[in-house]
Amino acid sequence: MLTQLRPAFVLIVALTGITGLAYPLAMTGIAGLVFSSQAAGSIVLRDGKPIGSALIGQSFTSARYFQGRPSATSAADPADAAKTVPAPYNAGNSAGSNLGPTSADLATRVKADLDARQVENPELPVPVDLVTASGSGLDPDISPEAALFQVSRVATARALPEARLRALVESKIEGRLLGVLGEPRVNVLALNLALDDLGSR
Amino acid sequence: MTFNGWFQIALFGAVVLALVKPLGGYMTRVFTGERTLLSPLVEPVERGLYRFAGIDRDQEQHWLAYAGAMLLFHAFGFLVLYALLRVQDLLPFNPAGQAAVAPDLAFNIAASFVTNTNWQSYGGETTLSYLSQMLGLTHQNFLSAATGIALSIALVRGFSRASAKTVGSFWVDLTRTTLYLLLPLCIVYTLFLVSQGIPQTLGPYLDVTTLEGGRQTLALGPVASQVAIKMLGTNGGGFFNANAAHPFENPTALSNFVQMVSIFAIGAALTNVFGRMVGDDRQGWAILGAMGALFLTGIAVVYAAESAGSPVLNALHLSGGNMEGKEVRFGIVASALFAVVTTAASCGAVNAMHDSFTALGGMIPLINMELGEVIVGGVGAGLYGMLVFVIVTIFVAGLMVGRTPEYLGKKIEGREVKMAMLAILCLPLMMLGFTALATVVAAGLAGPANAGPHGFSEILYAYTSAAANNGSAFGGLTANTAFYNTTLAIGMLFGRFFVIVPALAIAGSLAAKKTLPASAGTFPTHGGLFVGLLVGVILIVGGLTFFPALALGPIVEHLAGAAGQTFGTGG
Repeated sequence: MLTQLRPAFVLIVALTGITGLAYPLAMTGIAGLVFSSQAAGSIVLRDGKPIGSALIGQSFTSARYFQGRPSATSAADPADAAKTVPAPYNAGNSAGSNLGPTSADLATRVKADLDARQVENPELPVPVDLVTASGSGLDPDISPEAALFQVSRVATARALPEARLRALVESKIEGRLLGVLGEPRVNVLALNLALDDLGSR
Repeated sequence: MTFNGWFQIALFGAVVLALVKPLGGYMTRVFTGERTLLSPLVEPVERGLYRFAGIDRDQEQHWLAYAGAMLLFHAFGFLVLYALLRVQDLLPFNPAGQAAVAPDLAFNIAASFVTNTNWQSYGGETTLSYLSQMLGLTHQNFLSAATGIALSIALVRGFSRASAKTVGSFWVDLTRTTLYLLLPLCIVYTLFLVSQGIPQTLGPYLDVTTLEGGRQTLALGPVASQVAIKMLGTNGGGFFNANAAHPFENPTALSNFVQMVSIFAIGAALTNVFGRMVGDDRQGWAILGAMGALFLTGIAVVYAAESAGSPVLNALHLSGGNMEGKEVRFGIVASALFAVVTTAASCGAVNAMHDSFTALGGMIPLINMELGEVIVGGVGAGLYGMLVFVIVTIFVAGLMVGRTPEYLGKKIEGREVKMAMLAILCLPLMMLGFTALATVVAAGLAGPANAGPHGFSEILYAYTSAAANNGSAFGGLTANTAFYNTTLAIGMLFGRFFVIVPALAIAGSLAAKKTLPASAGTFPTHGGLFVGLLVGVILIVGGLTFFPALALGPIVEHLAGAAGQTFGTGG
């Protein structure tokens, strides 16, 4: 067994160096050159200032903006560090609700969100993704149905014609990749940025 | 369920199948020591390593020496990782100022990554420094994966050799797997992932003011280089807490598709390596066929269950399936497929929260792990797990016809069957034993987040995932406690090494036997009958052992949910 000590020791040290340092650091260098925007987190600038990442959802609560999905992320309670408080779209602590299919808490939460959404727009059925929390709590997207569902509310809040907003939403729908992979979706941040541009014109 | 959904599943299957032969051919050349396309680049590094380490690449090891080398290497790796986590606050590459990891959590993480489990008691972005992620976790992702592959090759040598004393050299297998297979693939893969939007930076977390004027902290890091190996090596430990559901770990439909393919790629190709090394490709395809049958059954159930949604929510007139815990860009089908793939293989990465799956949709991942993850399985671990089941199947077939069982010309005798059963029985002992313990002690009962049968499922899932070295979770369970960190770590270590060592013993014992020529009475092991028998043995062994536990968890939850019953206060 003693003869095995040297290979074990040398290989641990050498392979640690190769796979644990050389590889990630070299990839960081190359990725930064070849795909500099993505490597840095696909940061979105507005007037030269970062306002978020194109890939990470943000919390929108105003009626003037399209809103994303419920988010179950939390943060440390400022009053008591041992506890947590709800903090939707906390991109420093991703999480889902982890509520199971027979959870009374889940049923209560979904019912409350459902009722509130239905008041906003009694005409259409509430899309399921608008009342269910995403896996990461940071879902940047909503379904096209969920965006169209909010058109009447945003139109009222901004005093814009509904048809114009509907056209805006439709222009922001991303389809399946090659018509096959993934699901159709609308990036909420991109939609709201376009919405702000629309208002200022 | 939709046509598009099934088309996505079929496309996934087709791409995995198309990779089996080319990847299998390349890997065979790597493991038999032949020259490959990469030799001019890699061979100087390989030779240098052997020289410094004092390894003679032609000197092979008896199975006991092979096992000893493997255990020694893991002991070193464990200590290095544990020490690194305990002092990460004193080391560089820690822009978020993460504190030293607590002893029980560090023990759990070290056990988790050394055993290729990657159970997440920690939330990556709130616990670990960039250095710990790279030097600790990325590095162990490579080595635990390489170890799994090396061991499966040692077992294959047991079948393919005759009257041999040795099963290969652990040091050479480990080095060649890392340098010729994992590292080159990961370099290309990392760049692809960054192109899709996965960050790869050493810069600090970014504070921004959002469009609506709120504050948001974006956790960043060298993510892509770790995601590449976590998928390819079926490790599955996320850079972030939400794992592959996090948009920074899995930003697009394409990144998701490629990640699923990469979980299966090496494991599926190993069946082809097996066929090639024993000199009959059909033997490899038969094993892959048995895996495929179990896989298709699993995905059909999960896809149907998640599309139908939860009866409790459907009662509120919601339609569109179960989207709680799922991301819009993946939807129902890609989330269901990912869940089956990640638990069939021993990956454990998740792109949706399994805890929020429907009762039946969450039961299939549990069953996949309880069967020992032999459906493609972890890189290497899946193949040696499956070969252990093959030995039991051959033994059962031999009993039925009253002949001494043979597989590939090797007589399967008492010693092999005993070792196979030892490996098979270790898993339920850990999974069910610890689950039973956790449901009677206060420290265990404090864990579940959900009430009723789902709470029991959370505990069962945790120990199943640990012992099967999967690493996925019903994440509501509060597992970062001394009780869970310690018991889960023990489950992981036993689940890994009490399967590996018997598998190596089988390798040594088979290698020493003569290879007998096939005769008219030999049971053919490349046809449909054998595949059916193998699937039957896997299901009966798994079914009989775990059915009572499943009945208490997902099955009763399904029935209660169908009757409209909910659990908990609902406050």
